[in-house]
Amino acid sequence: MGMRRRSGTFVLQVNPILCDGFGHCAELAPELVKTDEWGYPIIVNEPVPLANVAAYESARYAERGCPRQALHIQRFSEKKPH
Amino acid sequence: MIAPSSLPRLLHAASERPLTLSQHESAFGSATITTSLLEELEASGLTGRGGAGFPTAQKVRLIREQRGHSKFMVVNAMEGEPAAHKDQALLSANPHLVLDGAEFLASMIGANNIAICVARDNPTVVNHLERALHERSRRSLRGPRLELHTPPWRYVAGEESALIHWLDDNESLPQYRPRRPHILRIGHSPALVDNAETCANVGLIGRYGAAWYRTLGTLENPGSTLVSVTGAVERPTVIEIELGTTLRSILHSAAADPDPSAVLLGGYGGTWLHARHLDTPYNNAALKNLGVSTGAGVIVVIPKSACGVLETQRVVRWMANESARQCGPCAFGLPSLAEDLTHIAHASRDAELAYHRLIERCGVIEGRGACRHPDGVIRFIRSALEVFDVDFDTHMHGAACAGSRATRHYANVPSLEREDELIWE
Ligand code: SF4
Ligand code: SF4
Repeated sequence: MGMRRRSGTFVLQVNPILCDGFGHCAELAPELVKTDEWGYPIIVNEPVPLANVAAYESARYAERGCPRQALHIQRFSEKKPH
Repeated sequence: MIAPSSLPRLLHAASERPLTLSQHESAFGSATITTSLLEELEASGLTGRGGAGFPTAQKVRLIREQRGHSKFMVVNAMEGEPAAHKDQALLSANPHLVLDGAEFLASMIGANNIAICVARDNPTVVNHLERALHERSRRSLRGPRLELHTPPWRYVAGEESALIHWLDDNESLPQYRPRRPHILRIGHSPALVDNAETCANVGLIGRYGAAWYRTLGTLENPGSTLVSVTGAVERPTVIEIELGTTLRSILHSAAADPDPSAVLLGGYGGTWLHARHLDTPYNNAALKNLGVSTGAGVIVVIPKSACGVLETQRVVRWMANESARQCGPCAFGLPSLAEDLTHIAHASRDAELAYHRLIERCGVIEGRGACRHPDGVIRFIRSALEVFDVDFDTHMHGAACAGSRATRHYANVPSLEREDELIWE
C-alpha cells in the first residue's frame, strides 16, 4: 500500500474563493507555496512525485493547517506506458 | 418549409418590432421535435456563440448522459460585454427562434424546465421576452416549463457558473470548479447553459437540418454568426455574416473606419489584433493561428488617431471594478494592473517601472482566479503590449501621445460604480 501510493504524483490545489490570504500554507509547505505581494498563495503547478516524501508531508500539513480549509491535495496515479 | 437560402438567417424576416408567434411560424415554418435532432446537431458542427466556442453537441451529450429526472435548460442572454449587442438584437428581432432552439435543446437533454436569463437592466428585451412567453403559454401546455429570470447586469454574471449560482441561490458569483468538464447543477438537477445565439442556431438546425446549415461557412466553422461592431463606426451595429468572411469586408459592411490601427476581437477579455491582419477570415480556425478567437462576437474598431494605451487602460480599469472580489489574485491583482496602466497612460515619471511591474504581475495573477475573468484581462493586456508597442514606447519615454489627449474614446465602458453600489443579487 505504501509502495503503491509512492508511485504517483500530486498537486496541492487552492480554492481561491475560500482562501483568505493569511499565508499559513506558505509557512507550512515552503517548498510548494510562495506568496504574492498581497499575501495569497502561489502554488507549484507541476505535479510533484509522491516519492518526494518531505514535500508530501508538507502538503498534508498545509492541507490540515489551512484555517479556511481551502487547500486540497489532488493525487494522480501514474499511467504505466507499457 | 421556407428555409432562408442566404443571409440573413438568424435575422430573417426581422422588422422594427419583434416577430409575433404567428409571424414567426409563417416565416420559418413550425418547429417539430424529431428523434434525429442530436444527430443533426452533431453533423451541423455548431459551436457555442457565447465566447468559449465549444461544440454544442458535445455539451448536450454530456448533460444528456447525466442521471436525474429533472434537468434544466438555461438560455444565457446576459451579455455582460459592454461592446456586445448581439443577443439584444436577436431577441428584439425574433425571440421565438431562440425559444424554439431552447425547446429543441431541452428535448435532447430531457429537461423539463427552461430558464431564460436576461439582465434586468435591459427592460426592452425583458419586455419582448415576456410578450413572447405569454404568446407561447396560450399555445399549449405540453412541453417544458418556460421561465424568465432577470439577474443583475454584471460582467461576470453571464459566466455560466455565476448564472447557475444565481438561479440556485440568487447570487451572481462564479463558483470554484477544480476539475473540468464540470457539470453545473441547480439544486441536484444538471443544467445545460447555452448562449441565446447558439439556441437560435439550434432553432434553425432543428428545422432545416445539418446539410442546409452547412451551405454557409467553412468545413470547420459552418454557418453564420452575429457580430457587434462598435468603436470607429458611424453607428454601432449588429450584422449577421457568414463565418469566414474577412474582417475587412465585415468592417466595410458595418460602415466602419476602413483604415483602423487595430481591432479588438472577442470582447473585453479578448485580444487586440493589428490592422495588418484585417484580411484574415473571421472564424476560429483562421484566427487561432494569430492567438485570437471570435469570442462573444465583438469587434471594436480603433482608428489611427486614438491612443492604444489609453483605450486599454480604460477597459482594464472597468474590468478590475467588475471583479466579483471573491479571489485574492483577482480582487487585488486587477486593480494593480489598472494602476500600472494608469501610470503608463499618463506618462508619469515611473511609467517605465510600471511597465515592467505590469508584465511581472500578469505572470503572477494568471490562472489563479476561480473563473477566467482575470485570465481574460491578462490576455487583453498582453495583446495590447504587442499591438500598441509604439504607443507604449512613446508613453514610457515621458511623452503622452497626441491620441491620449483626445476626448473621444472608442472602447466604450460604462461609468465606474463604487464598490458598495455593485449589485450581485
Ligand atoms: S492557509 Fe489557506 S487561507 Fe491561508 S493563505 Fe493558505 S490557502 Fe489561503
Ligand atoms: S476570479 Fe475574479 S471574477 Fe472570478 S470568481 Fe474570482 S474574484 Fe470573482
